[in-house]
Amino acid sequence: MTLLSENSDGARAAFIAGALRTAPVALGVLAYGLVFGALAEQAGLSFGETAFMSTIVFSGSAQFVALGLWTLPPPVVALALATLLVNFRFFLMAATMGRVLKGWPLARVLPALAWVTDENWAITMAEGERRHWGAFFLGTGAVLYVTWPTATLLGHALGSVVADPKRWGFDFAFTAVFMTLAVGLARRNRAPLVWIVSAAGSFLADRLLAGSALGASAPVLVGGIAGALVAAARAGKADAR
Amino acid sequence: MRAEVLIAFLAMAAVSYGIRVAGFLAGGRMHEHPRLRAALDQLPAAILIALVVPSLTRAGPAEWLAAAVVAALAWWVDLLLVPLAAGVVAVVVLRGML
Repeated sequence: MTLLSENSDGARAAFIAGALRTAPVALGVLAYGLVFGALAEQAGLSFGETAFMSTIVFSGSAQFVALGLWTLPPPVVALALATLLVNFRFFLMAATMGRVLKGWPLARVLPALAWVTDENWAITMAEGERRHWGAFFLGTGAVLYVTWPTATLLGHALGSVVADPKRWGFDFAFTAVFMTLAVGLARRNRAPLVWIVSAAGSFLADRLLAGSALGASAPVLVGGIAGALVAAARAGKADAR
Repeated sequence: MRAEVLIAFLAMAAVSYGIRVAGFLAGGRMHEHPRLRAALDQLPAAILIALVVPSLTRAGPAEWLAAAVVAALAWWVDLLLVPLAAGVVAVVVLRGML
């Protein structure tokens, strides 16, 4: 396991723990990957192109948006801009990764950052500070980095046979995952004002910016930043926390 | 593979990766200021809540009831699989009933 340069039993155990924690979530990712692959095939992407896209872009939301914009030749600037807007929430998520990858040299941090995505970032944060937290994060990322491309290729091969994920409740799987992780974090670290402001910001952004180019990022950016600002303002009053 | 398709995907990948690196570097800077560090500490919970809210407000009673089941289980059970599986089953059943 060259990913873990500490190469200790503790790091290996943390990596496996992260992978196991992610396994149930991978089922939801699998369902969406199947749908994405089927749509990619309909949009005229080859098997190899679908594989290449899923392994190097590695972002479900940006990839779905790209299919919506797809023409030949591809609109490169529009695709890059859409990716920037749709994935801007990764900026906030990556900003919190310093604690997780504490003490890592930049040469190990940089490749690890490629694996920051909604689901496994959330699982890592909900896990909370632990020994070999970075190795745990790599375990969560590795599972999704195998699952997502594999699922999209399966979907590409199966084509329109793939059923509507709504029928099996898979569309609700991500809501359930993020809710569970949010409840876990909230239970340990109580800051109700932050939660209320974040929820309100997210709700308003979703209503007012629905259909804007920011797409899935708008509620996360507005809610996340609003909540964090409350935390910053309160830090001025009570010290430390 | 068509060259123009590969270029488009490389551009998307570069942007997607660049955002993460920029965020990580910005987070490192924020860590040096007490107020910004407090903001950073609360950011994960704020982001998670902001991720959940739109998927609930855009949904209906079946999803809301299923979400209540998930939240209650998540509070008591420290295992991701339990609230997740219960939520998915609940939403399928409730959509059939409501």
